[in-house]
Order: sequence, then structure tokens, then C-alpha cells
Amino acid sequence: MNSEIPRKWVWIGGLLLLALLLMLPFLVKNYRVFQFNLVIVYAIAILGLNILTGFNGQISLGHGAFYAFGAYAAAILMDILSVPYWATLPSAFAFCFVFGFVVGFPALRLAGHYLALATFALALAVPQLLKYKKIEALTGGAQGIVLIKPEPPFSFHFLDQPLSADRWLYFFSLAVAALMFLLAWNLLRGRVGRALIAVRDHPIAATAMGINLPVFKSMAFGVSAGITGLAGALSAIVVGFVSPDSFTVNLSIFLLVGAVVGGLASIPGAIFGGIFIQFVPNIADEISKSAPAAIYGLFLIAFMYLLPLGVMGGVKALWARLRSLAAG
Amino acid sequence: MEALLFQIFSGLANGIIYGSVALALVMIYQATHHINFAQGEMATFSTFIAWALIHEAGWSYWVAFFFTVAVSFTGGLLVQRIVLRPMEKAPVLTNVIVFIGLLLIFNALSGMLFDHTIKAFESPFPKESALATRFFAAHQIGSAGVLMVMLFALFAFFKYTSVGLAMRAAAQNPDSAKLVGIRVSWMLGLGWGLAAAIGAVAGMMVAPIVFLDPNMMAGILLYGFAGALLGGIDNPLGAVIGGLVVGVLENLLGAYVIGTELKLTVALVLIVGTLTLRPNGLFGKKVVTRV
Repeated sequence: MNSEIPRKWVWIGGLLLLALLLMLPFLVKNYRVFQFNLVIVYAIAILGLNILTGFNGQISLGHGAFYAFGAYAAAILMDILSVPYWATLPSAFAFCFVFGFVVGFPALRLAGHYLALATFALALAVPQLLKYKKIEALTGGAQGIVLIKPEPPFSFHFLDQPLSADRWLYFFSLAVAALMFLLAWNLLRGRVGRALIAVRDHPIAATAMGINLPVFKSMAFGVSAGITGLAGALSAIVVGFVSPDSFTVNLSIFLLVGAVVGGLASIPGAIFGGIFIQFVPNIADEISKSAPAAIYGLFLIAFMYLLPLGVMGGVKALWARLRSLAAG
Repeated sequence: MEALLFQIFSGLANGIIYGSVALALVMIYQATHHINFAQGEMATFSTFIAWALIHEAGWSYWVAFFFTVAVSFTGGLLVQRIVLRPMEKAPVLTNVIVFIGLLLIFNALSGMLFDHTIKAFESPFPKESALATRFFAAHQIGSAGVLMVMLFALFAFFKYTSVGLAMRAAAQNPDSAKLVGIRVSWMLGLGWGLAAAIGAVAGMMVAPIVFLDPNMMAGILLYGFAGALLGGIDNPLGAVIGGLVVGVLENLLGAYVIGTELKLTVALVLIVGTLTLRPNGLFGKKVVTRV
């Protein structure tokens, strides 16, 4: 859709955005930086969910489970095996990829509601599984695991602000997110992406066109779980703490809310989703304790009516309208 | 032996509750072919209404009970008419997202209107009763009776009334049903109303056991799902039997095999196991769809 804007402006716009993103952590307080880190983490997790639910049409109400397992994988690797923090991310991805692939296999037999139900059950069971007594030595039981936030490898001051641990993690997360979004974009824009969408829209026709349904569906599950698991691992590093009660069924629901609000089957939509689920509850919390959930619920239903393709769908529609107006 | 019997009976007592929730789920499924994720929160909300009527307005239990059932029926009907009717032809994903939206809204409403403190909810049945035994408290016998009455009423409704027949027709073959003059869309609404009413009864039967708070139904809903699937999602009697089986299994496994900490995992394994090994449940009909 950028084809009609001169290439020069795209470059200038991109560079300005990059400069802004790089300066952002030095313009705000440390706590805000921490919140931005979480936005990035959620955006990656929503990207993962979106590959499965948005692009491939397999409804998951249990992606919080993969997020939780990724977080625990990272925490255990760092806590017990003293693996450096950056090395836990690929391990979490691999671990959750396998786990997702295994979950995706029975999911082949479950369509629509039933898959939603099975994954919902998974999400509900996760905190209990993590608290299980027999694996307490590993997971720390109900107490969870406390981690030390990694120190920045070098130090400098910019705009009178030091490069704190949170600011360093901001750049680290940003790089990881850029890599993930690039990977997802590369994966989805070509043959694989079209195949996933074909499977979503018309499985029988897709099979007739020579798409191997089981392979694509379980691979989508694996990749999606892997990316969300990696986001979970990143969250463990960024927050410096994992406990079973941070991964309740609400987390899975929030990820779904983020995916819907940002835009199902939209890659940049995941960023809006991340911003939404990080900041809207903060604002809504000031109204009342129950307000965030109510607002989430209203947003879900309102979006299904008004903007079924989410913020990104709305932006695209607006853009198309503006362009046709400009073209006269 | 004594301990085993005790576990089985207390499992049956829980199973009665799961059976009622499963029954409500089956009702919605029969009428609309959807699985309602908001069922548990709707039931909780109904129970809060009953609580407010009894404790704040001072009504007697049974008046409040029937009033709540009526309000829930109307509420369920309205939810379908207002929120879900435009979605009747929408894809499954859209429906699931709307159900999750409803779940969040009802949960938040319960919290906002009645706050998050845990409340005691009374049982309508006397504490001491000639019928109560060592294994069964009076409340459990009473709720079993209520469940039985509900099951028979539903059976009679679907089997012998013309509205029941129309509802079955609308669910099975909406297009042909429309041609013979059945108002299919209203039948869906009626299904939602009935399910909300059954959910309300289930909620009021659960509340004396687990206490009333906005998240009362979360775990119970999962067992209800497991029961409904085990019994066959299109079979009311199967749902009740499935609920009872789940209750007993949960208790026995909890007591002898895996401990009480992993009870929800039992439900998870049951759901995934049933869906992969026997997707139609024990008593469900095999559904064949045309391409």
C-alpha cells in the first residue's frame, strides 16, 4: 500500500520512527520504560497467537499456557543451570515449538468450538500444573522463581538518563521483537502464508489444491506456540519474576483481546494489541477494580460489530478511502 | 471400603452440580450449535441476583428462587436477541470472541454490583432430615431432586410440546424449519433463555457448597464441559450422567491417585481425551455433515 508514496518519504518516515523508538526510553521515567518493555513482550505474544488464530483460523483460548511454559523454561534455565539470559530465548522457542506441535496434533481432530474449549481447559489448568508439589524443586511451587535482571553490558548517559537495566532490556526486547516480526512477515507473505489462509477459509478446497492439511495446521500451532513461548521467556527476563498466579486464564483471554483489537490476521496489528492490553487496564483501573474486564468485554463485542479486522483493518479501510478520494 | 464409598458418594454430590451445568451447556448446544463460554458467569450473575433478593430485599427463598429463574430466562433471551442475533451467520471465531466478551462483562458486572467479597448463600433444604444419610447431606439430596425435576421437565418439553418440537427442528435443519413456518431466530433466543434459567438453578444449588463470589463458576464450568462432552454434547440425559461420572472420577483420582492439587488437570485430560478418542461422547449421536 506504500507503492504510491515516493520511496524517499518512506525512508525518511522509517528513519524518524526508528530514531524516536531509540530515544523513547530516555525521554520517560524508568517505570514507563518497564511498561514499554511489557508492550513489546505482549506484541510478540500476540503475533504468535495471530499466526494461529488470525491466519490459520484455529481458535486458541490457551496461549497463556505457552507463554507460561516459555517463561518457566527461561526462568529454570537461568536459575538452575545459570544459562545467560539471551540464550534462554531460542531454548524457550524450541521447547514451546515442540510443545505446541504436540498440542496441535490432537487439535487436528478438533474444529472450531471444540478447539477453543480444549485450549481454554489448558489455560485453566496451567496455574495448578505449575504449583504441582512433585516439581516444586524446579518451579519453586506457589512462590515462583525470582530472577536478577541482567545488567547492561556497558554504561553511558543520554539526556541525563543512565542506561539502566530496564532501558537496556528495552533495546534488547526491541531487537528481539524486530527479528520476530521480520521472521513472521517473511513466513506469511509467501506461499506458506497463503496456504495457511487457504486452510482457514476453505480446508477442503485447500486440500484439493495440494496443501498438506495436517502438516500446515500442526506447524502453525508449533510456530505460534514457539513465538508466544519466546515472548513468555522475554517476559521472565523483563519482569525478573515468574509465579503460577501470573499465568491465569485471564492472560490467555487478554492475548485474544489484544489480537482482536489490533486486527486478526494482521502482523502490525499485534503492536496495537500489545499497547492496548498494557495501557487500557491501567487507565480503567482508576475507575473501578472490575472496570478493565468490563471494558475488555465491551471492546471485544464492539470490535466484532464495528471493526471485525481490528485497528489495522480500520486503518487500511481509511487509507483506501483516502486514496480513492485523492484519485478523485 | 467405608472411605471409598464416602469418596464415591461425595463425588456423586459434586457430579449433580456438574450435571446441571452440563445440562445448561447442552441446552444451548441443542438450540444453537454453539458452546457458550459465558455460561458459568451468567449463572453466577443470576445467583447474585437471588442473593440480593433474599438478603437485601428480604424475600423468602422460594419466591426469590423462581423470580431469579424468570429473570434469568428473560436475560438469556435478551442477550441472544440483542447481542447474538446479528452474529447468527458469522463464523465460529466471531462467536467465540463474543462469548468471551460476554464472559468478561458478566464477571465484571458481578464484581461491580455485588463486590468481590465471598458471601454465604443459604440452602433451601433443612439441615436435619430423615432422608439425609451418612454419605449424603440434605442439601445434596435436595439438589439431586431439583436436577431430576429439571431433567424430566426438559424431556417432556422437548418430547411433548409443539414449541419443543419446533426448537428441535430449528436446531437440526434451520432452512427446512423456516419453510414450515418456524421462527428459527426466536427458537435460538428461547434456547438461550432456557439455558440461562437452568444455569441460574445450577448456580443457586452450587452456591451453598462453594460460597458465592464472582469467580465461583470457573472450575465448575470446566467440569460441566467435561461432563457434557463425555455424555455427548447433544444429549441432555447423557450430560447429566457425564456430570456424575466426572464428579466421581474427580474425587477418586483426587483421593487415591494424583492428589487434590491437579483436579483441574483431570478435567483437561477428560476433555481432550473425549474429544480425540470419542468426539461424540458416550451417548451422543454421530454427526455426518455434507461437504
